Amino acid sequence: MNPPNPTTQIRSFIFENFLFDADESSLGNDDSFMEQGIIDSTGVLELVEWLEETFSMKVQDEELVPENLDSVNKLTAFISQKTS
Amino acid sequence: MCGIAGYFNISSDNSPGVTLLERMIHPVSHRGPDGYGFHVGRRAGLAHARLSIIDLEGGWQPIHNEDKSLWVIFNGEIFNYRELREELEERGHRFATNSDTEVIVHLYEEKQEHCLAYLNGQFAIALYDAEKEVLFLARDRMGVRPLFYTIHKGTLYFASEVKSIFAADPSLPREINPDVLREIFTFWMPGGSETVFRGIHQLEAGHWARVTAGAGLSLREYWDIPYSTADRGRFRKEDEYAEELRELLIDSVRLRLRADVPVGAYLSGGLDSSTITSLIHHYTDNPLKTFSVTFSDSIYDERAEQNEMVEFLGTDHHVEHCTYEKIGAAFPEVIWHTETPILRTAPAPLYLLSALVRDHRYKVVLTGEGADEILGGYDIFKEAKIRSFIKKDITSASRPLLLKRLYPYLALSPTKSAEFAKEFFHTDAPVDDLFYAHLPRWKTTGRTSVFFSENLKRQNFDDAVENLAARFTGKLAGLDYFSRAQYLESKLLLGNYLLSSQGDRMAMAHSVEGRFPFLDHRVVEFACAIPPNMKMKVLNEKNILKKAMANLLPQTIVKRKKQPYMAPDILSFFGENEPEYLNYYLSPQMVAEAGFFNPKAVEQLLIKCRKKARQGFRENMAFVGILSTQIVYEKFVKNFSVTMPKRLDNIKIIS
Repeated sequence: MNPPNPTTQIRSFIFENFLFDADESSLGNDDSFMEQGIIDSTGVLELVEWLEETFSMKVQDEELVPENLDSVNKLTAFISQKTS
Repeated sequence: MCGIAGYFNISSDNSPGVTLLERMIHPVSHRGPDGYGFHVGRRAGLAHARLSIIDLEGGWQPIHNEDKSLWVIFNGEIFNYRELREELEERGHRFATNSDTEVIVHLYEEKQEHCLAYLNGQFAIALYDAEKEVLFLARDRMGVRPLFYTIHKGTLYFASEVKSIFAADPSLPREINPDVLREIFTFWMPGGSETVFRGIHQLEAGHWARVTAGAGLSLREYWDIPYSTADRGRFRKEDEYAEELRELLIDSVRLRLRADVPVGAYLSGGLDSSTITSLIHHYTDNPLKTFSVTFSDSIYDERAEQNEMVEFLGTDHHVEHCTYEKIGAAFPEVIWHTETPILRTAPAPLYLLSALVRDHRYKVVLTGEGADEILGGYDIFKEAKIRSFIKKDITSASRPLLLKRLYPYLALSPTKSAEFAKEFFHTDAPVDDLFYAHLPRWKTTGRTSVFFSENLKRQNFDDAVENLAARFTGKLAGLDYFSRAQYLESKLLLGNYLLSSQGDRMAMAHSVEGRFPFLDHRVVEFACAIPPNMKMKVLNEKNILKKAMANLLPQTIVKRKKQPYMAPDILSFFGENEPEYLNYYLSPQMVAEAGFFNPKAVEQLLIKCRKKARQGFRENMAFVGILSTQIVYEKFVKNFSVTMPKRLDNIKIIS
């Protein structure tokens, strides 16, 4: 069975928790969360808590890097790599 | 300690008289519940609400000079008044009272505006020269005591609090200025002299103002924090600095214990308040009562350290235990007193603490504010030091790990990941940027803009920072980044937030006067001369102060890692019982009506808050900021009202 594509889930989490009432079109899937100021330093850990809970995975300290977590597409890739 | 209010007719000869003064002084009667004094002159009127501390019988204000040509009202203390009085008497001045206030009129007779240089104190002064028809206003060097003013229809109104000005004339516009609101949602406080209310200014710290019928209002700075005078060419040892600092602090504490009522002290458990408490204990015979806040949540609670100090000094100790519910319940009252939006609830526990002090019939407390700013205590200084160290060798993999040493007390530490921390702390920023140390904080705070309405979004981050640059460039030129950061923290955080929203306003809400030994200008000037690398030695904050106090404090207090004073923010409003007022102030209708925030975004934030999950800095700041803005809007703009009794009790009209 193919793992479900989590992009929609990620987008809805980001909008609900960090963008509040922003327009759907305001976030591209490759936009950097940090550059756009969407997630602040403490937001990253909120994001990680959600990832661990929602996708039953454990994020290691060394995986806490922008390459894994800094956009919708990076997150999708990271999740599929961790859960496959 | 007191409240003052008054007016000066710039372009009319009609004196509106005592009724206006009564209307203005009544809203600040919490500052001075012991009686009211008025004087109506040809062009000006002065009102005073009195809290008797020095010369309990004779200290009524306004006070005049020998020939009644000068009239003064004053909020605060002149700590060196005995010495000044002696000198003035030697020169032939006759005193009618024993109060410190009277020193001001006689000194002004001799020196005019230069009298301020001789005052060691914390004060807001309004002095009317009836002969020349000049109003002279002045504020202490560091901004301990407040003074606000506005000019409306040819009259200048001034007062200790904005509510007095609004009470003066119902036709005065009461309007929130979106530019200043944007500043608050970036810097945590207004960046300049204008308050969040359009047209209402504070007289800035270290400034005086002269008002005349011919020339209107003119302002002048008479003193500023002299960070540029660091002892660069001199070679002094750390121990020498430490010794001199201790001697100065002892003298500052002694001066600040002068009062005709007992003096207590706040004890947080940190180095600064412990220093003050210990100096009172060791160098004076003041019977010491101490007052502390405790929290249930261990992130904020410091009772272990407080108890250690109490045991060490044997003080008569009293505690206000702060629960989430108490903070939430007090918050609207707190905002009535701050008169400005705030992004943290931290003033609320101090509001509750001053009530405890008053219940013990104490009117004066010494507290430790200012040490972090002038002696290098804040994490933001440490953060800047680490960032600049990383920048010197950007290839180093180990240097970013230093960032992890910051903020270990935060449950959601931004430094958990050094990789992210590098990004968030802008380690590539140029060290010589005017606001090098502060930019990361401001950027994080500025992201609260996600909740702004379309209208407020027009005020952008860059404009707010540019306005600040226009104000401070001259002051910051030639300083190193560490001294720049200290200067800005002293002007903005200390001056426009800690001493006002969290200091004067919270204490005076319950008629309690705070005194600040670290803010004696001699201490400040001395601290500015200590080289930054001695103040923060490598990453050891307040190194010189620790050395100065090493033998007068328990080692655990000297060596403990700094814990900044904080209170629970979002959590205070979403405990077992949500305060009912949330649905009123944050209803989509009220949010839309006020016009500063996006009602849908605020609703989403409320949903997130109700989930009771942990939240980041931005959401905490945004929630407290939005709620307090809504309360300011409702209490001061939409429904401003003060109920006047038919007549005020305990009045003296002096003529």
